[in-house]
Amino acid sequence: MTAKVVAATGNEAVANALRQVNPDVSAAYPITPATDIMQRFTSFVSDGKVKTEMILVESEHSAMSGCIGASAAGGRVMTATSSQGLALMWEELFIASGTRLPIVMALVNRALSAPLNIHGDHSDGMGARDCGWIQLWSENAQEAYDNTIQAFRIAEHMDIRLPVMVCLDGFIISHSIERIEYIDDDAVSKLVGEYKQLNPLLDLEHPVSYGPLILPDYYMEYRKAHAEVMSKVPGIVLDVAKDFEKISGRKYGLFEEYRLDDAEIGLVILNSAAGTSKDVIDSFREKGIKAGLLKPRLFRPFPYDEIGNALKHLKAICVLDRADAFGGSYGPLFIDIAASLYPHKNGPALINKIYGLGGRDYMPSHAELVLNELVEIAKTGKVKMIKEYIAVRE
Amino acid sequence: MATPLTLKELSKKEILLTSGHRMCSGCGAPIIVKMVLLASDYPIVAANATGCLEVSTCISDYTAWKIPWIHNAFENAAATLSGVETMYRSLKKQGKIDKDIKFIAFGGDGGTYDIGLQSLSGAMERGHDMLYVCYDNGAYMNTGIQRSSATPYGADTTTCPAGSVIQGKPQPRKNLTKIMAAHDIPYTAQASPSHWMDLVKKVKKALEIKGPKFMNILSPCNRGWRSKTDDAIQLSKLAVETCYWPLYEIENGVSKVTFKPKEKKPLVDFLKPQGRFKHLFAPENENMLKNFQEMVDKEWGSLLKASGTE
Repeated sequence: MTAKVVAATGNEAVANALRQVNPDVSAAYPITPATDIMQRFTSFVSDGKVKTEMILVESEHSAMSGCIGASAAGGRVMTATSSQGLALMWEELFIASGTRLPIVMALVNRALSAPLNIHGDHSDGMGARDCGWIQLWSENAQEAYDNTIQAFRIAEHMDIRLPVMVCLDGFIISHSIERIEYIDDDAVSKLVGEYKQLNPLLDLEHPVSYGPLILPDYYMEYRKAHAEVMSKVPGIVLDVAKDFEKISGRKYGLFEEYRLDDAEIGLVILNSAAGTSKDVIDSFREKGIKAGLLKPRLFRPFPYDEIGNALKHLKAICVLDRADAFGGSYGPLFIDIAASLYPHKNGPALINKIYGLGGRDYMPSHAELVLNELVEIAKTGKVKMIKEYIAVRE
Repeated sequence: MATPLTLKELSKKEILLTSGHRMCSGCGAPIIVKMVLLASDYPIVAANATGCLEVSTCISDYTAWKIPWIHNAFENAAATLSGVETMYRSLKKQGKIDKDIKFIAFGGDGGTYDIGLQSLSGAMERGHDMLYVCYDNGAYMNTGIQRSSATPYGADTTTCPAGSVIQGKPQPRKNLTKIMAAHDIPYTAQASPSHWMDLVKKVKKALEIKGPKFMNILSPCNRGWRSKTDDAIQLSKLAVETCYWPLYEIENGVSKVTFKPKEKKPLVDFLKPQGRFKHLFAPENENMLKNFQEMVDKEWGSLLKASGTE
């Protein structure tokens, strides 16, 4: 196991993972804050450090369309985007997954318009949560790098063949410099392996038709098959994580549990804000308060049973959402956590806080306020308000 | 060896879009596709925009395509084929493919002039080695004859119906062939299924040229044109002979009219057999017919001038 320790941004780390994976084709379009990934990657192309053929398209819709064509043709394909770019791809996201094409995409999470905002928030990824892709979320640059490498193995697994989105927080992670351990180039390429074709369009001996019309007689069977394939994903994610651990020494699960075993109160939170939250949990532990945290990694498909079992013993939980699901509903993460706890009738009390939209800072003081509220709920069993925006002007 | 350009020789070749597809009887599109595919002596990989041709030729578990074929969505046949062609170049460079393959995208006018224009423009600008074929039937026929930017002036469609106040489509059609030529791509052409030799020659020429190529082919639609089911070839012939649909090509910036009718027929010869222009023949719309004829004359004149064949 050889590792190289560097100081790099999240985008730089993802770009480096993509260089190491060395895809056959990439179609991409610039958008803040993901631009930097493809900028760095295209310099690898220009310097002959990768074999990748670039398609520098005129929109994100064409980026994903090009990725779909390239992937169907029969090779390894990746791209990166953010926010409006993902929104413009929306139609194509479903076609990529419905056609079962193993495309890997870095999603640098950013708020959606209007109002226009370029900063970190999860509205983009949450908007695409039901599009049939696998989603891996990353707390920091190291996880974004590690997830990107693993994403190719997961996507291209012969039992799955599904596209994977690797999510990392815009600016907070994409543009901040952190300590990262890079794995040796050879080890990455061995782990990812040779691309295995499945019904490639370019096979002239066996001509295939991609993208048929399927009417009510069979459409539903195709959708059910997709749902069934999704159910195989968690097992494969864990298998790939085991292989990844061998070359990196870093352990990955479907989610991370932090001081959760004996916890009475807990936070559930995605991506970068989990780091801040863990520090605050440590300080509560020092005060003798049994606090813990759960950070989902595999968000789609959502491991309901496993997460429900990991949280059921708590007295009170706050789910923090960096996106809202408008319509009088709760945040998207909250809805899934509530669903995962539904089978556990005497499970924890749940509250939901919406935080950090459009890049609003999530501070240790916010985690403290939430944890203090949970202490109170655990003590009294009373929830004053289930859903609330925090760190916001009234 | 290249197939000699005679009907006898072409008839010996395998038809790559089989019969049994579900296009309407008398539709121009499958005739065009068969001609385009017959013209090629190379293996073809095709992309198809959503539309009549696509929904009628690949209804699971059947496909009429004997060649590799991909449909993605409505607006992105060009971008999708960009991806396929780029993967081909990547794999060829890596020594994983050794055959010479040509790439052709098929789209209707809705998927080409309108919703797919950006995707097409991008693919042409990037210089992908592909031929984009628009089969232009002048409206969104698949969704039920709604107007597109290719719909001719005055035509009655379900979204610009001839009424008591508005007499069909008020605007002239977009000149997409010129727009594509303005991309300075190596080859742009207009063709018609009535002039099969001209069409096949143009496809053959296009496939020999490296880089992006565009062909706009008139595709009669008896449902939308309100015409008879057996007159697709006759109508496309009239379109050429009235100079409504001039046959020309622009190769490396040089324009050439490839068919000059001995006697240019009046536009009404093309309009009259079509129900979509019926209202134009009412006495109060005489002026519209005059305007339409002037538009055609102007375009034909400028084409002759550009090609130095005045």
